[in-house]
This record gives sequence, structure tokens and C-alpha cells, in this order.
Amino acid sequence: MFNLRTLFVLLIARPVVRLWLGLTVRNADRLPHQGPAIVIANHNSHLDILTLYSLFDLKDIANVRPAAAADYFLRNRALAWFATQVIGIIPVQRGTAKKGSDPLAGCREVLQQGKVLILFPEGTRGEPEQLSEIKSGLWYLAQEFPNAPIVPVYMHGLGRAMGRGQWLPIPFFVDVAIGRVLPWRPERPLFKAEITEQFQYLRKKVVPTQE
Amino acid sequence: MPDFLLQMAPALRWALLAVFALLLVASSTIALLGVRYPGKDWRELKARINTWWWIVLVFSLTLIGQLHIALAVFGLISFLAFKEYLTLSNTRQADHVVLFWAYLAIPLQYFWIGISWYGMFVLFIPVYMLLLLPMRMVLIGETKGFLQSASSLHWGLMICVFSLSHLAALLTLPGSPAEGAKLVFFLVALTQANDVAQYLWGKSIGRRKASPTVSPNKTLGGLLGGIFTTTLLAWLIAPYLTPLSPLYAACAGVLIGTMGFIGDIVISAVKRDLGVKDSGTLLPGHGGILDRLDSLTYTAPLFYHFIRYLYF
Repeated sequence: MFNLRTLFVLLIARPVVRLWLGLTVRNADRLPHQGPAIVIANHNSHLDILTLYSLFDLKDIANVRPAAAADYFLRNRALAWFATQVIGIIPVQRGTAKKGSDPLAGCREVLQQGKVLILFPEGTRGEPEQLSEIKSGLWYLAQEFPNAPIVPVYMHGLGRAMGRGQWLPIPFFVDVAIGRVLPWRPERPLFKAEITEQFQYLRKKVVPTQE
Repeated sequence: MPDFLLQMAPALRWALLAVFALLLVASSTIALLGVRYPGKDWRELKARINTWWWIVLVFSLTLIGQLHIALAVFGLISFLAFKEYLTLSNTRQADHVVLFWAYLAIPLQYFWIGISWYGMFVLFIPVYMLLLLPMRMVLIGETKGFLQSASSLHWGLMICVFSLSHLAALLTLPGSPAEGAKLVFFLVALTQANDVAQYLWGKSIGRRKASPTVSPNKTLGGLLGGIFTTTLLAWLIAPYLTPLSPLYAACAGVLIGTMGFIGDIVISAVKRDLGVKDSGTLLPGHGGILDRLDSLTYTAPLFYHFIRYLYF
């Protein structure tokens, strides 16, 4: 049970997210404990993976795998070892797939093993606290695994704490809202629109009413 | 009895015991009411009282005569308050590293108190941080929103760190933390009692609004009744906990009563400006930590310098 990943969550992810930052979670009970399931989240920071990990019980960590960009995390050997062995990412090739290669093979395997897959459907961290366009990979994956519920998670404050290009996590309170299971739709644009809508709905719940 | 209880001044031991007894009464009343009237929703009130237990337990840690524990607890409180303030306020992305320097002021400020360096304790944030933060911002070079950013960052440090650190400084004022603990208890208990008294007086005799645009629920009756109650309390308990003469004790009561009110509405004005009702969600039933500390941000430095000028 105490593999590297669990230790990483216990000694790094949780202290950083819960003590240094500070976390408020709405509807924590909606998080799936068993797979196959797909947890989708908005993406603004490297701290996103740490935050999502710290939502799960320690005993479930071994069954949770986050998908992350291969071009970014596998760019050198040391980082690749850390990313795959300690953080436990599933590398995904971004952009148009080369012929013969399947960018989602790793994700598929995770779901076939009955684990929980964490996916950032925006594909990139983008601008702090802004939503980017939803990529299509999720639609293909969900089509193949109708038994895997899609659970949306919205995180607010992490782009401020450590956005793109920043390496120092600055303490800010972070708000997380977990939504209800989303249905798959045969129409791809509709599916994507519903996901964006759901993220925006969850955002309204956590972002203090400004303006 | 455990060691730390023996080291406590007897008056303080009794005072703390009274507070715990009060909490016990509150908790059992709520439990009884819950049984008697199960139809009503008691969750909010229960959460509020449960949180009070935590607040009192953590606060008690600062009173057991161990300076290092007290510094750590007060430092943590400043950290949480400042984090809450920054989360609410509009910081600029460009100032990322500057915020780190601002956070660094917290351990340093409590360190000065720990080594009893009074001069540095009163200068550090009002002068050195005031000069350092804009300097670091200028090196980054973003000028859009500079003044707004520099001033709101420093104001946050002043309120959440400088002001509140006077609680810890009060602990070291008389020479031994066991003696200082009595002053800290006196200040905190009166400030919180003042909040409650103003609320209760406001409910019963309050009519004219004291601050209609900032805090519409605050009334002149509540304010005056609160000040009266706090002054009476101060005069009653000061002989056991402080060196204050009866006249000065009454003055301290008026000071805490009035300035507690001001601290409360100043934080209310900040929240109203930012469009939020509570400053956070850290204390279930209360809101954020700044919602609980608002009055203390004013009473702590003012009471500290009041008693320091007169007696130390």
C-alpha cells in the first residue's frame, strides 16, 4: 500500500494543499472511490494534480492515475522518472496523433484495470483562473467506457497560488466543488458544451460574488 | 495537576475555568433545545458553539506560560488571517514573488517578539516592509495597478500581522509569559465579550443605526450598551488580571468597547467593498478567521500601548 505515490501524497501533496494553501471542498462525497471512473478537472497549475490527489483517501491513491502531457513531463529522464514513478502520471501525446500511435492508450489501460482516471480536458494550464476550450480526447474515451462515470471537479485559486511559469507556491485558500456525474452524448459539440457549462456552474458556486 | 496548569497564575486558572464552564453550559443548552424542539434547525448554532470550543482550546495554548508555543500559535493565526485577506483581495499576477516576501514578514515579526527586540517589533512592518515591498515590485517593473497593489498588500500586513502580533507582544510585556498571559486573557475576553454585549444590547434597545452604510445591523444603543458592559467588566476583573488602577481599568474598558466596534466595521467595510458576506469559511458557524478577529485588529495594538505607556 505504501508505494512511492502514496508517500508523495502523504508527505508532499497533502501538506502543501491542506496546510500551506488550505482547502475547502463542496460535495466531497460525489468523488468516485472505485473505478472505472473519469474525474475531469479544470487546469491552471501544477498544483492541480496535488490538489486532486489530496481529495482521495490514502488507501485509494494506488487506484488513481492522472493523465498528463507527455511532451512536457517526459522531456528529460529525471523529470520523466519523477513524473511517472512518484506522481504517477499517465503520459498522453498532445496535438494531432501520428499515424499508428494511439495517444489515449495509457488512459484506456487505466480504465480497463478498473481505476480512476484524472483528466484535464482543457489539455493545458492556460491563463490563471480562466477556462480554455475542451479537447476531444475525453469524448472518444467516454464513448468506449460507458460504465465509467464522468465526475467534474472545479478548482479555484490554484492559478493564483502557482500559475504557468511560476515555481513558488504562494499560500491562497483554494475552493473545490465536485459536480454530479455527467452523461456521454453522441454529438461531440453538445458533449463539450455541457462540460464547459458544468465547469461554469461549479465556478459560480466557489467564486465569491464579485462585481 | 499537570505542570502547565500549576505554572498558571491562579486568577487566570479560574478565569479559564469560567470560560470552559460557559462553553459547557452553551453546549448542553443547545443539546437540550435540540431534544426539546427537534423540528427547528439547530445546526448553525451548534456549529458556532463547536467552533468556539476549538477557538478557546487553541487560544488556551497561548496562556500556559510557554512563550514559544504562544508565538507559534499567534504566528499561525496571523498566517491564516493574512492568507484569507490575500485570497479576498485583488492581487496582481506580476506580484507573485512579492507576496512571498510579504509572507516572510510573519515569522520575522514573531521572532522579534521572541527575542524581546521592542524597537524592531514596532518598526519592522510599518517602516521596513513598507519600503521593501514596493522596492521588490519596482524590480519586476509592472506599473499598471502599482499603487493599489502596494498599498493593499501593506495594509493587509499591518492589520493581519502587525496589529495581531501585539497579542504576542503583550505576553512578553511584564517580564514573564505567565504574567503576560493574564493581560492577553483580559484583552481577548473583553474584546469578545464586547462583541457579544453589543449584539445583545442592539437586539434589545437598539434603534438608531450607528453605521447605516457599512453595517446596517449595528445600532447606537448596541454600541453604548456594549461599551457600558465592557467598561463594567473591565473594572470588575482588572484587579485580578492586570496592574490597572480602577480608573485606568475603566478607561481600558471604554477603549476596548469603542475600538472593538471600529475594528468590526472596518473589516465589514473591506468585505462590502470586495462584495463578500464572510471573509472565509475557516470557522464553521462564524465565517472566516478575520470575521472573528476583526475587533482584535484594533483593540490589540491600542490596549498594548495603553498599558505599556502607563505601567511598563
